[in-house]
Amino acid sequence: MFGSGLLKGLGVTIKHIAETYIDDGKDSPSRYENSIDLGNGRKIIRQSMDQEGLLTIQYPEERRLLPERFRYIPMLIWDTEKNEDRCTACGICAKVCPPQCIWIVRDSDDAGKPITRPAEFYIDISVCMSCSFCAEFCPFDAIKMNHDFELAVYDRYPNLIYDKAELTVPVEYYATLWPVQYEQEETVRHQKEEEDKRKAEEKARKAAEKKAAAEADKSADKPKRSSEEIQALKERAAAAAKAKQSDGADAKKARLEELKRKAAERAKQRRENDE
Amino acid sequence: MTTTPEGGFQALKEEQIQQYLHDSIVVPEELQANVLVTTVDKIYNWSRKASMWPLLFGLACCAIEMIATASARFDLARFGMEVMRPSPRQSDLMFVSGTVTKKMVPAIVRIYNQMAEPRYVVSMGACATGGGPFKEGYTVVSGIDKYIPVDIYVPGCPPTPEALIYGLMKVHEKVERQSIQQVPWYRKERSEFVPIPVLGPDIFDPRQVQLIREHTLGEGAAQAATDDGGGITLKPNLLTAEQKQQLREIKARYMAAKQPA
Amino acid sequence: MSDEATMVAEEAPAVEHSLNDAVPGAIIGEWAEETEKALFVAPDKLLPLLRHLKENEAYDYLSSLTCTDYLSYGGKKRGGISERFDVVYHLFSTANKGGSLNLHVRVPEGDTVDSATSIYPGANLQESEVYDLYGIHFAGHPNLRRVLTWDGFHGHPMRKDWKEAYFEEDAKPFRSRHPKGGYQWQEDKLPWGKNATYPPEWDPETWEKPISYVPVSQAPHHKPGDIDTDSLVINFGPHHPSTHGVFRMLTRVEGETIIALEPEMGYLHRNHEKIGERNTWLMNMPFTDRLDYINSMSNNWAYALAVEKLAGIEVPERAEYIRVIMAEFSRTLNHMWGIGFILNDLGALQTPAQYAIEEREMILDLFEEVSGARLMCNYMRFGGVVRDLTPGWVERARYLANERLPRALDMLDRLLSDNEIVRGRGYGVGYLPPEDLIALSISGPMLRAAGIKYDVRKAEPYGIYDRFEFDIPTLSDGDIYARYYIRLLEAREAVRILQQALRDIPGGEVQGAPAYASATLDQGFGTIMGGKGGYTLRPPEGEVYHRVEAPKGELGFYLVSDGKANPFRYHVRSPSFINLNGLGPMSVGYKVADAVVILGAIDIVLGEVDR
Repeated sequence: MFGSGLLKGLGVTIKHIAETYIDDGKDSPSRYENSIDLGNGRKIIRQSMDQEGLLTIQYPEERRLLPERFRYIPMLIWDTEKNEDRCTACGICAKVCPPQCIWIVRDSDDAGKPITRPAEFYIDISVCMSCSFCAEFCPFDAIKMNHDFELAVYDRYPNLIYDKAELTVPVEYYATLWPVQYEQEETVRHQKEEEDKRKAEEKARKAAEKKAAAEADKSADKPKRSSEEIQALKERAAAAAKAKQSDGADAKKARLEELKRKAAERAKQRRENDE
Repeated sequence: MTTTPEGGFQALKEEQIQQYLHDSIVVPEELQANVLVTTVDKIYNWSRKASMWPLLFGLACCAIEMIATASARFDLARFGMEVMRPSPRQSDLMFVSGTVTKKMVPAIVRIYNQMAEPRYVVSMGACATGGGPFKEGYTVVSGIDKYIPVDIYVPGCPPTPEALIYGLMKVHEKVERQSIQQVPWYRKERSEFVPIPVLGPDIFDPRQVQLIREHTLGEGAAQAATDDGGGITLKPNLLTAEQKQQLREIKARYMAAKQPA
Repeated sequence: MSDEATMVAEEAPAVEHSLNDAVPGAIIGEWAEETEKALFVAPDKLLPLLRHLKENEAYDYLSSLTCTDYLSYGGKKRGGISERFDVVYHLFSTANKGGSLNLHVRVPEGDTVDSATSIYPGANLQESEVYDLYGIHFAGHPNLRRVLTWDGFHGHPMRKDWKEAYFEEDAKPFRSRHPKGGYQWQEDKLPWGKNATYPPEWDPETWEKPISYVPVSQAPHHKPGDIDTDSLVINFGPHHPSTHGVFRMLTRVEGETIIALEPEMGYLHRNHEKIGERNTWLMNMPFTDRLDYINSMSNNWAYALAVEKLAGIEVPERAEYIRVIMAEFSRTLNHMWGIGFILNDLGALQTPAQYAIEEREMILDLFEEVSGARLMCNYMRFGGVVRDLTPGWVERARYLANERLPRALDMLDRLLSDNEIVRGRGYGVGYLPPEDLIALSISGPMLRAAGIKYDVRKAEPYGIYDRFEFDIPTLSDGDIYARYYIRLLEAREAVRILQQALRDIPGGEVQGAPAYASATLDQGFGTIMGGKGGYTLRPPEGEVYHRVEAPKGELGFYLVSDGKANPFRYHVRSPSFINLNGLGPMSVGYKVADAVVILGAIDIVLGEVDR
């Protein structure tokens, strides 16, 4: 029949509208069923598979619940217990990185001997392809994928070259983003630590039993952080991130310029040597 | 099912989005005497930012996420952007969504030149921003900002629709900061025309002809300028005399065919 | 996989003997390697041999034609032949199914090879590509020109001695990244701050643009007595809403009728293969995501399968199921997306596409949950998948596959299949006879829409496809409508496979070694992934061609290993690119507006066309 296609098409559209409004009419629309309410009209939404009608996520007020494995760009983990970088500058992340966007400078002690700590750590975000190989292959759980996607900037250079300060986050932040994986890793880590301790103990027992016993006591009860402490840490991290955004650019630019100059000098040196 | 704990990570971002929740414009103190202009600015910028029409123009992977952003779930129409115009003459905003190759750059620059002021350019994704994972490639341009001015860079590979919308809100922020007194497009001078890059043996920008000449014709041209002697060896593989002759014949045939009978 | 290899090994000797009987002196040697057997062909006997194979041995399908530059080959001299270039042909038979026949022609630099286009017209674009990237001339090719770079580009970039502007080292990882590091902006390497090099003594001021040969430039000659109408060249693209990306069609029209059409590509040429030869084997995995960026899962799988075949890696049972599930979800969403955009080209702007996207978002949510990204999943590894499914994933996927997707496909069917505009514009448009489609090396839904029951999943089963019950739908018309409808039918079959796979999925490991890096601290870094995988996989010396039935057609990877950590040759036989062989022949005789739909029904993705 002439025009039947048109009517059918309109029918589908009307069905979608109707479903959406029926959903809206409920006390708790199914699109908000599993969502987390943050107050002030802001929500984190998880769309369920059986939700009918159209769903529009009103970003920025409403957000999609990002799955744990969501990956955007990498971040470096700061171990708040030991108060140090987990990174040991082993360079595996830089080696597996497909577009080779990670640059690491290994630190050295006063005598010039290399130590297991990065002096500088850069990731070029304008090259990073979010593949998460760095996080997968890091043997020290020191580099992980961040969920933060709100990274748009007005200026590309140097704002999109992240340095160590910009990449570092406390381990609690990581535990919030990746709870399941964090738990698994911690279990393995504790097992390994205990294993190491046990070995050390046995070794030490032969020499000094007393000392070893004291150490074992210490490791038995690990202090647990209260939620307040975690909240405080998070706030500190957020504040630090904000502060960095506001005034870090100039200093960083200068630093990068300095590096550039140094690289040029090195190159010149090398050329001269070659000649 | 694993979930991010309540509030969690998103709570960290609370402060950053605060400014979008209360849609108020604070009049700076030094401008408060200038009430008329600020009011006009406010209306002018509000109407501009609320009806920005993007160019229907996709390059690569990011274009797929751009389509997803425009579709029902993320809905660009909430920002007055539902009308994607295929013609650059009718659009205010260009998403450079994907890898920019040397072969494509002349077209992009031409499209940019055809857009009427005020125009904004969003460099979407790692590739358009800096070449991305393909940066080292021989036909990839390391960032569209080498050729046309860019207003906002949205990193990510590809940026999720939310990340793109965040970038668009930053464009809105930029629009809001502009004042009708200072914007360049009401001045007498014509808006800047970006010279169109040319595909030679490799792409070159007409603005850099002198610089290139210095290096290709000047001393030490053979070991063409790498900062650290990265080992670039140039092997020109230009047309042979025979090929040139062939092309001349083709051209002659072509010209003959074009002649009116 | 091992079955396949033996099948090839059993078949090849028989054919080879008969080949030398049929065309004396044609086969001059062979590489009998564990992975694949290759036959050497004397360059002057190539055409008679191909003709014999096509006419008498039923090898009617030229799947892949590519080239390798053996200039810096690190392993043993393969086959004892020292000529630099190796042109590789992979032939299949659509009638007999089964494995491939690999022919190699070794030629020194500057030599020409006879063009296969007179026997297999599908060699057209592939030979042009080899000419563009390697500079090998094919004698008798109708239209040999640069397809991916542009006329006048300096050099042939895939040659091993050709270096680009940002060249650092021949193989990754680059030494400058660690431990001395620092940061060096690539742009600072060159005075003009751009990714470009210019030949010495090249003067941009006196330089003249070479005259490009425009394939549709010849106006047709009218016979005396005919009305002398004027024909025009109409250009589509590269920025055009209907070209599905940055693609260009040059058409010569008389009135509104197309009398010649030539695809022009390369606007998204991202040097996938050049970068791929510098990457380690594993690093290529995320790059394959960006080939056909709508189906990153299928690409991952195809590449993983090829490397597994090369290195002999086993895949656990559960991972096999997960791979099938991901690939079929991917096929469903690709076909829904494809249908939506065919309709877009027919003038139903946005609406069908929007409804297709609605379900797509659901599938993407599932992808994101397991892999972490919506589009660029990077989910598969050699010997498995990177991580196991999350708890509750299977239940939700089941709901999607059993309830939602069938309903959505029914909805699209009801809405579109009887639509008079779809019928009116689809029936009889873009027709090509089935034998032409095979000759042009066209694959995937396009073949099946013309009645050829050819699907790699059945013809040469890979993964665990032999365990599932599914049909290969075919339609006989071979026009736009059939190409639209076949996608719907295939999406239904994909859902059928999904239902079975989600029902039967077993428990167990998803890869040979524990998933998390920290779990492997004691086992050394090489064991992290897939047991033998790891980030420094070194497959044994050899070559492999593996193809899968990707949603867009036959996706193949041709890999050559010289036993090092980087592939020596990494070639992608992409369905979108080779299917474009048919665009010109299909469009001639139809109207300009139809060309848009014909292109839409090929369902190209530019990331894969240009690579």
